[in-house]
Amino acid sequence: MSTNEHLRVDPIQCDAYGHCAEFLPELIELDEWGYPIVDDRPVPPELVRDARRAVNACPRLALVLERRTL
Amino acid sequence: MTTAGAVEERTRPEADSPRTTSAPSSVRRLLPGSHDAATWAGHVERYGPLPWLTGRAEALRAEVADSGLSGRGGAGFPTAVKLESVAARGNAVVVANGTEGEPASAKDKILMRRNPHLVLDGVLVAMAAVGAREAVVAVARKDASSRARLEAILRERRAQTGAIRLAEVPDRFVAGEESALVHWLNGGPAKPTFTPPRPFERGFGGRPTLVQNVETLANLGLVARYGAGRFRAVGTEDEPGSVLVTVVGAVRRPGVVEVALGTPLRSVLERCGGVPEPQRALLVGGYFGTWIPPTLDVPLSRAGLRQAGAALGARTIAVLPQRVCPLAETARIVRYLAAESAGQCGPCVFGLPAVADSMAALARGGAQAAALRRISALTPQVLGRGACAHPDGAVRLVASALTVFADEVDHHLAGSCTASADAPLLPIAHETESWR
Repeated sequence: MSTNEHLRVDPIQCDAYGHCAEFLPELIELDEWGYPIVDDRPVPPELVRDARRAVNACPRLALVLERRTL
Repeated sequence: MTTAGAVEERTRPEADSPRTTSAPSSVRRLLPGSHDAATWAGHVERYGPLPWLTGRAEALRAEVADSGLSGRGGAGFPTAVKLESVAARGNAVVVANGTEGEPASAKDKILMRRNPHLVLDGVLVAMAAVGAREAVVAVARKDASSRARLEAILRERRAQTGAIRLAEVPDRFVAGEESALVHWLNGGPAKPTFTPPRPFERGFGGRPTLVQNVETLANLGLVARYGAGRFRAVGTEDEPGSVLVTVVGAVRRPGVVEVALGTPLRSVLERCGGVPEPQRALLVGGYFGTWIPPTLDVPLSRAGLRQAGAALGARTIAVLPQRVCPLAETARIVRYLAAESAGQCGPCVFGLPAVADSMAALARGGAQAAALRRISALTPQVLGRGACAHPDGAVRLVASALTVFADEVDHHLAGSCTASADAPLLPIAHETESWR
């Protein structure tokens, strides 16, 4: 089971704080410069809570959890 | 209707020729040869008057849909779809994109100099088709010649074109990207923005904005006059019409030519005097493009080039001769692309200089094997990770070089190089401009 919620980074806003990857290592890894590489697949229900925390942790408001309609 | 007849005669393929590959290589729709279409008298004589446009928005859009015209700026998006999505939103504005930031491409500049009236016709048609009352023609700040020509004819035709103004945009590689252009027109730096909203949703002044390349607009001037059927008389069934192509590098007469879509690359190069020396590869699509082996039977069309592993793009072809090192040329281009990053997205800011360093090491010697491994490690960290496609273009160019020039890579790994010339071949803009 999955949701239709996806994570997306605004690469212009992102400043490589890296907090998101700490909250959600299952879906976010950091590249060698510290910028997040985000799994584009739907966020599994059991991770939605952590995904919200990762979104809220971003000081640049660069991470969004968005509902995609198919 | 003698003028329209003349256009027809010059552009119609031989009666018995199929539409696909044997279309005539010489087409004179957009660049009418020696005929001076740049003057108003010459323009009217060559093309005839524009038809009545007011109140014909739907009919014009239907004609464009039938014509099968697609965007000539590089992305190749169906023009009719773009017109519909902007028209449906109302309160639209039209932006003619003549910025042409690709250093190797000259086709938009040549078009605006030699046929500025047809470009303005297209702006008027686009405005009518989407119900826009205003339009902006954007040219590069350094392109003084296009600007002067357009300024003069806007004065000359002010009764018709009073709602069209000119804008001079910084001469940067990414400044012509749709969102960057709109950002600049709205008072910001000429840098891409994070989308959505896209310009057709919320663009110039927050209004639905139709951004169209100037060559696409010139074609609208033809479709509105002569109709979809005539437009389809050249080109292929799926990709009708003619296109402007910029050819640089090892041809006798580098420059801009107009050919029917589907014309074999061989004929395109012959139009430029042919290649006087052994050739190694073609760079198709400019610095945002792809290296391919010199397979000259490939038709110049989206479908043809896709099969060859390249994209039609804005139709810049660079011919690389055997004497030049392809890895050194690629390294120069990637260095330029790194410098042209808008500096907004981390993977582009840090990734492209790193790719450029590794490419230079591979090209000029010094830890070549490590450089090659480094490029493999960098590619997935850069691809798809910018707000615009700029970083993707750079790593795809490198990937195509490593594939097409695999033999040369082996030579470099062994500490040698097959090139005999040292001088750089492809043009690169050297001074950098501000973003405003």
